Amino acid sequence: MGIAQAISPHQETHSGSEAALAGRFLHYMVLMREIEDRIERKLYRQGKIVGGVYVGRGQEAIPVGTALHSEPQDVLFPSHRDMAVMLIRGMTPRQIFAQYMGRAAGPTRGRDGNMHMGDLQLGLVSIISALAATVPVAAGTALAMRYKGIDGVCFSYFGDGATSRGDWHEGVNFAAVQKLPVVFICNNNQYAYSTPLSQQMACAHIADKGPAYGIPAEIVDGNDVFAVYQAAGRAVAHARAGLGPYLLECKTFRMTGHSAHDAAHYVPSELFEEWGKLDPIVRLEQRMIENGWAGRGQLDAARAEILREIDDAVAWAEKCPFPDPATLTEGVYGTE
Amino acid sequence: MPTTYLEAIREGLWEEMERDPAVFCIGEDIGVYGGAFKVTAGFLERFGEKRVVDTPISEAAIVGAAIGASFLGLRPVAEMQFADFISCGFDQIVNFAAKCRYRWDAPVPIVIRAPSGGGIHGGPFHSQNPEMWFVKTPGLKVVAPATAYDAKGLIKAAIRDNDPVIFFEHKGLYRKIKEDLPAADYTVPIGKAKVVREGKDLTIVAYGAMVWTALEAAERLAAEGASAEVVDLRTLLPLDRETVCESVKKTSKVLLVHEDTRTAGLAGELAVSITETVFEYLDGPILRVTAPDTPVPYSPPLEEAFLPNVEKVLEKARWLWRY
Repeated sequence: MGIAQAISPHQETHSGSEAALAGRFLHYMVLMREIEDRIERKLYRQGKIVGGVYVGRGQEAIPVGTALHSEPQDVLFPSHRDMAVMLIRGMTPRQIFAQYMGRAAGPTRGRDGNMHMGDLQLGLVSIISALAATVPVAAGTALAMRYKGIDGVCFSYFGDGATSRGDWHEGVNFAAVQKLPVVFICNNNQYAYSTPLSQQMACAHIADKGPAYGIPAEIVDGNDVFAVYQAAGRAVAHARAGLGPYLLECKTFRMTGHSAHDAAHYVPSELFEEWGKLDPIVRLEQRMIENGWAGRGQLDAARAEILREIDDAVAWAEKCPFPDPATLTEGVYGTE
Repeated sequence: MPTTYLEAIREGLWEEMERDPAVFCIGEDIGVYGGAFKVTAGFLERFGEKRVVDTPISEAAIVGAAIGASFLGLRPVAEMQFADFISCGFDQIVNFAAKCRYRWDAPVPIVIRAPSGGGIHGGPFHSQNPEMWFVKTPGLKVVAPATAYDAKGLIKAAIRDNDPVIFFEHKGLYRKIKEDLPAADYTVPIGKAKVVREGKDLTIVAYGAMVWTALEAAERLAAEGASAEVVDLRTLLPLDRETVCESVKKTSKVLLVHEDTRTAGLAGELAVSITETVFEYLDGPILRVTAPDTPVPYSPPLEEAFLPNVEKVLEKARWLWRY
């Protein structure tokens, strides 16, 4: 197996199902964009968000194009710029806003913030701040799937920076040795905080690391949701067929600073301009209009509906109480 | 026939694997080779590759995989070949496993076996007692049995526990001690210390191999006319302060012993707990015998000087008794 360099071809499928698919893509991409915009550009500035905010603006095609392949028995390990994974698996905007505001009704009941959410019932494992720590954990869940005869796949998400950590290499290697059903999904946005990829690694591509572990790797345009979806389909089918892990590198760009407090002065402004033209939501909407799958009016109406849902969720979360300090020491251990 | 400490761990593990198909072992060289110390010898033949998983040299992957497997209801028992290597999986233990339940209600029922301790001339990287790194981490449980009975009962309790448990097994005890064990299934509760020798003049608190050192010292003290009570902590987190304090109330003097190094060792925590709770019962300063603040040295005379022993315990105990 060689180093997969090919950008996934845009294989056209039947236009009817494509139109429906495009609608689903757009719904989750816009939902993620608008939730994160509301958090970063409004609530954070109003001082209503507790702690840091890390968004995936411009990268929505990656979580959407991959997670829509997940089956109920699959387990997903989203990283901090993959909010759509949460939404696709059933986490609600209300829960998400409550989480970001540190309220008792958030999935962590105020014990953790931002994208550090999980719910095993939804097949969602929470990340920790040490990036790539979920990579070997995903391998272990995949091991348990095989152990229990579950026809499941683990979706392991991480950024380019995470591939420098030892946990990443140990996890990918172990999954490869054991031929476990894991799809490794790299959200390569080319910056790890202020560190550009050239100072992160000497390889040309994250995908170059796949063959080093004996697993197939593929590079895809991470700002084209159809391309991501098709490549992810190949990756998931490979893993589900028992052929072992698959590394999918989605090339994209971080259209923000590392977090809401970071103006990213270290990023050349022409990069923002260049990648801004490749916005995955704009591209998808254009494609839908050009193919006659939807009109501008329909798209605007759908977005307005999402904004109403967000207004409701924010209002709901703001009314939620903060956690009671009396619960501070609860739940460190189980009560058998 | 008496069972060794090592055999007791092995039996406990074996019986749990027979009892519960969700229990499996994962670690380096635990399959064909049966583990560096042969704790899992014969497991591969009995339980197969599915339940005895040999891994690459990747402690972070071993612990991480154990965590991930536990999310689907399995009960992994991960082996660190030596406790010294547990630091390679540190983040997975202290940041991932320990905090899942508190953060998002995800229980992590894993056991991490860590062969620890010196006295085998293993040098700086095969002799350490790294328990305090974990005792400082809420969400973990840390056990350190001293007897074959407790080793078997605690490994079973650890496997059945719904929280991550670090199981420190002292290498020096593996084949050194043995006793007859009950034929029937039993567990030893996590979080309970035990008075292993009754006395009235002073209390010696210890855990792991140091329990035997403390018992030998107590025997010698008895010949000198001093009656020493010995408390075996058995579990280090959650710490059974109550049993220690009850003993101090009885004897009014306490000597804390651990093989771990001195600064921020468990003795420090116990000393404050004792003064917070039963200060008015004390008739003397709280003393400790520990290893000094150095790495574990290799050469026998150096290691002997490093490790606490009966003479060092006796010296402090006599002074305290006469105080």
